[in-house]
Amino acid sequence: MFDVKNLQVAYGQSVVIPDLTFSAAEGEIVGIVGRNGMGKTTLFRSLIGMIPTVSGKVTVGTSEITHKPSYKRVAEGVAFVPQGRMIFPYLTVYENLISGVKGSVNEEDVNEIYALFPVLRDMKGRKGGNLSGGQQQQLAIGRALMTKPRVLLLDEPTEGIQPSIIKDISRSLREIRDLKKLTIIVSEQVLSFVLDTCDRIAVIDKGKLIREDKRESVDASKIKAMLSV
Amino acid sequence: MQGAAETLFFLSAPLSFCSARPSGALTLPHIQLSPPMESYSWEDLQNIFLMQGFAGISLFSVLLLMGLGLAVIFGQMGVINMAHGEFMALGAYTVYLCSTLTAEYAPSFGPYYFVVAIFIAFIVCALVGAAVEWLMIRRLYHRPLDTLLATWGLSLIMQQTFRSTFGAREVTPTLPEWLMGSYSPKEGLDIPINGMFVLGLAIAVSFALLLFMYKSSFGLRLRATVQNRKMSGAVGINTNSVDRLAFALGCGIAGIAGAAFTTIGSTGPDSGSRYIVDAFLVVVFGGAASLMGSLASAFGIAQAQSILEFFLEGTKGKVATLLVIVVALMIRPQGLFPSKVRAH
Repeated sequence: MFDVKNLQVAYGQSVVIPDLTFSAAEGEIVGIVGRNGMGKTTLFRSLIGMIPTVSGKVTVGTSEITHKPSYKRVAEGVAFVPQGRMIFPYLTVYENLISGVKGSVNEEDVNEIYALFPVLRDMKGRKGGNLSGGQQQQLAIGRALMTKPRVLLLDEPTEGIQPSIIKDISRSLREIRDLKKLTIIVSEQVLSFVLDTCDRIAVIDKGKLIREDKRESVDASKIKAMLSV
Repeated sequence: MQGAAETLFFLSAPLSFCSARPSGALTLPHIQLSPPMESYSWEDLQNIFLMQGFAGISLFSVLLLMGLGLAVIFGQMGVINMAHGEFMALGAYTVYLCSTLTAEYAPSFGPYYFVVAIFIAFIVCALVGAAVEWLMIRRLYHRPLDTLLATWGLSLIMQQTFRSTFGAREVTPTLPEWLMGSYSPKEGLDIPINGMFVLGLAIAVSFALLLFMYKSSFGLRLRATVQNRKMSGAVGINTNSVDRLAFALGCGIAGIAGAAFTTIGSTGPDSGSRYIVDAFLVVVFGGAASLMGSLASAFGIAQAQSILEFFLEGTKGKVATLLVIVVALMIRPQGLFPSKVRAH
């Protein structure tokens, strides 16, 4: 469903991801874990087109998106929830949700997001920048879902979120996957979240995939050791 | 020195018969406009404030239209467009051209041409703006100082093009009869019809722009792009086309400002450059991203200039206005109407 082959990403002369290959099946949740600075955010930003790809191939279904601009990747069914949420601070919650919708807005889609995250309905007229971190995270996920994606990329969704809400986010992601048969790829440092949420866990180190396990067979202590500095 | 009554006699002439200086204040040759305050009666002062208030409203209207266009280009997109004044001049020349063509080929259309000419001025300036964005501005979005230099160069090219095409002398379109003359609600007070028309136009454009920005999907995409360009792309917005349309919209509104300008003054190759500083003042003083701020600051600046210039003479009036703005921006650097949110 979502395939990344021999991906190379660099900032000028500095190669951050030298050669990365992985894939995710339809309806699968893949967790990508790794220490800070190992290339997780660079990988996600290149997958959505914020950073150009040097070489390799990225495909969604049968469509190649390797060198397409971000908005065309979204049209191909890729949605992105970035690290730090990056919601539009001066737009209302409702405007944030519909910001990426092409043509007329289907209010049923908006209500579906409100059903997933009821707090957004209560705050629909409030500016995005005035929400708490957890509310912003729900808004960022809702905004991504409004584009009707086939693949959802989430970069460190638990960053700066209180533990009780982390559980809610994990539950929501699994619900969304079950409801929409979405492929979800999530990068994380919080191992408990990854173990709760993901079907498969991949460890990234210096831009390379060094380990891949199914959740049932994962050795948490080994991954924990890889995550420690 | 002229007495206040004589001064008022000249001031009571409709604005279209007086030449509007760049600042929009009235200039009456050979007449000292600032006799001592004690020489004015209470009624004189009332009339002076009313007349200068109406003169200020004409200036306010042009400044507002210029400011609104710049609020989109500079306030929303962050592009320092030094050629914005020339887009105003392009709008004014378009109206002049429409006037000339109407007089030559369709004189019976004379009473109505002006309204159509406003739309044509908008479209011409918007199209030229879109071309400029495509050819030049889109390559400079991450280099604001280069944009400043490039658009300044563009302003010189446009000025020379106007000079080569229309000549160095100022031109004035023939205004329809219904735009001439004035309305006199009481003796000694004449309200120029052209001033009221320009005010109505400015208000209509302001409302249309507010609706466009806050009720249309394009307005939403523009506001999102302004707040976070990369993230806008990542939610599916084609930011390149948003940029082009926004720049074209801003230039189009400058074209409407130019059309409005023809009702209160004559147009020369450098007419636009005389308004560019005031237009930037309007946007910065109002709060760069706020359309309501532009409205409030255009009104304040125009009225302050118009009334102060009567009592203090042109330059002193301008200095006083600028001093107030400098002090206000020192106290409130984010402008009159900054947006407030909890986090970025």
